[in-house]
Amino acid sequence: MSNEEGYVTADGRKIGGTLMEMKNITLRFGGVKAITDISFDIKEGEIRAIIGPNGAGKSSMLNVISGFYVPQEGEVWFKGAKRPPMKPYQVAQQGIARTFQNIALFEGMSVLDNVMTGRLNHMNAGMFQQAIWKGKAEREEVENREVVEKVIDFLEIQSIRKTPVARLPYGLKKRVELARALAAEPMLLLLDEPMAGMNVEEKEDMSRFILDVNDEFGTTIALIEHDMGVVMDLSDRVVVMDYGKKIGDGTPDEVRNNQDVIDAYLGVAHD
Amino acid sequence: MFYREAGDFKTSYVDDNQTFPIKFDRYRYYFVLFFAFLIVPVVINDYWVNAVFMPFLIYSIAAIGLNILVGYCGQVSLGTGGFMAVGAYACYKLMTSFPEVSIFFHVLLAGGVTALVGVAFGLPSLRIKGFYLAVATLAAQFFLVWLFNKVPWFYNHSASGQISAPERTVFGIAVTGPHTSAWATYLFCLVFVTICALLARNLTRGMQGRKWMAIRDMDIAAEIIGVDPLKSKLSAFAVSSFFIGVSGALFFSVYLGAVEVGEAFGINKSFLILFMVIIGGLGSIFGSFAGAAFLVLLPVLLKNVLVGMLGWPTDLAAHLEFMIVGAMIIIFLIAEPHGLAQLWRVAKEKLRLWPFPH
Ligand SMILES: Nc1ncnc2c1ncn2[C@@H]1O[C@H](COP(=O)(O)OP(=O)(O)OP(=O)(O)O)[C@@H](O)[C@H]1O
Ligand SMILES: [Mg+2]
Repeated sequence: MSNEEGYVTADGRKIGGTLMEMKNITLRFGGVKAITDISFDIKEGEIRAIIGPNGAGKSSMLNVISGFYVPQEGEVWFKGAKRPPMKPYQVAQQGIARTFQNIALFEGMSVLDNVMTGRLNHMNAGMFQQAIWKGKAEREEVENREVVEKVIDFLEIQSIRKTPVARLPYGLKKRVELARALAAEPMLLLLDEPMAGMNVEEKEDMSRFILDVNDEFGTTIALIEHDMGVVMDLSDRVVVMDYGKKIGDGTPDEVRNNQDVIDAYLGVAHD
Repeated sequence: MFYREAGDFKTSYVDDNQTFPIKFDRYRYYFVLFFAFLIVPVVINDYWVNAVFMPFLIYSIAAIGLNILVGYCGQVSLGTGGFMAVGAYACYKLMTSFPEVSIFFHVLLAGGVTALVGVAFGLPSLRIKGFYLAVATLAAQFFLVWLFNKVPWFYNHSASGQISAPERTVFGIAVTGPHTSAWATYLFCLVFVTICALLARNLTRGMQGRKWMAIRDMDIAAEIIGVDPLKSKLSAFAVSSFFIGVSGALFFSVYLGAVEVGEAFGINKSFLILFMVIIGGLGSIFGSFAGAAFLVLLPVLLKNVLVGMLGWPTDLAAHLEFMIVGAMIIIFLIAEPHGLAQLWRVAKEKLRLWPFPH
């Protein structure tokens, strides 16, 4: 599957060329190897899942993509160019947005302000222009508010627009976090366990949103998920990690029938 | 149903973005402006200006400044007194070096100088947080006071080591020096308060404010969604220090007239402004005013009632003031970190629904 060209999915969607490529990534925390020599790619327009047991290093991998962790070895390629070492905010400016395993919303702000914050890379009025407000700052605020309102409609959170985030239940917080990431209109969207802790109904809603985002905006998505049913339904290709190593990579069907993967999930002893 | 938003529909995002989205609030705001600019100056006398209005206005500016740093951006500072001193000394040097330039610009420039100094002392915030940052700003406080005492250039080698404001006029009317009138100094400060409050409001309602609050609420997430923590924190230090510098400049030139730095801008001042912000409400411009009003009015009220009417000894009244302020700080920190501003908001929310609470 490592061909440079795209492919056509089972449901007939056209997937483009390589958007992001991780080459031989190794990440250590002191003596602990969180990721060992992992390579994989993410193609334009696909939904790519990363799965694996607890502590496999999945979140660490997203953190490497986000620029939050710097791997000791390996290269990150984005849009056909090797990415120099970057701060997380610079990665965000390149068009990569994400949500977190443990919700990371701005608790002191309203839903609207949280989602508006997602627009920050699309707004460039300087501090003096903002202090004056009339003119560029106000114009930008209104233009971006329109985009944000579309995202709010899309995720069906109109009624909680002005609610302080701290007052929301867990499931809605997850949705607001997705809204904030979507507001950035990212090229690549990283979702770290978007459905963790949700009930069946909430999971169905979230799955629908993820598919719709991919379908309507053509956003490339990489997601980590534990619920195998969800992974098999949503994703085009799956990377399987265990103890920091890659043990499988392919379509959901290929991965499901991979003996190493079955062993890892059934808990066969490691030597 | 007196205070309501029903029938007051927002049909555009501009309307929804207003500072006072509810008509009633807007009218009250215009009324306050009208009252402050046109009524107060006519009826005001020296006692009221010196005991209440001037300290209230000047501390409000400092409280807005500190609130931007602490309440909006989440960076603790105990250096407010020191930064006010920078504003005061910058203003003094500018007034005496460029007497032909209007005092109005001296005050603004003093704010600018303080902003630069604030950025320099804000640099450690990129590495340290919370308690350690508080200690670092405390060091700034003591260093700045020491510096202004130590280097004679700052006080133009005057024998007393004090700085005193020469007479300066605006449109021919004295606003500093010994021959000022109550209404003129009041109006001069009011203009600055209005400008500062507007600028602060604009900065905090837009993207800059969101970036600050994002850093405050969760700095790691903020950085991952694209906030540059360096720029964001330093801009908070700059803006905050600008306001505090303006406040220090006015405190020295218009209010006190002559200043001994350790006395006027000591650590006590840092705590006073911090208490204003906590009692008034972290992260609220209105709260900055409420906190300043409260801490300016409380001693005046206690003095008039306890000492003037009930005949208590002065020191007893002063001790009671300490106890009240201390208790309020504790209560607000534990029960209501958003301070008086939040109590006000809750009251309004209740009033909005009244008399049908469901
Ligand atoms: N900042 C850190 N410092 C030290 N060790 C870390 C750090 N972050 C992760 N690790 C370690 O790296 C390994 C992989 O962690 P990671 O969070 O990436 O796993 P995961 O696959 O996301 O697990 P889960 O399914 O539980 O979320 C774990 O052993 C973890 O303890
Ligand atoms: Mg994880």
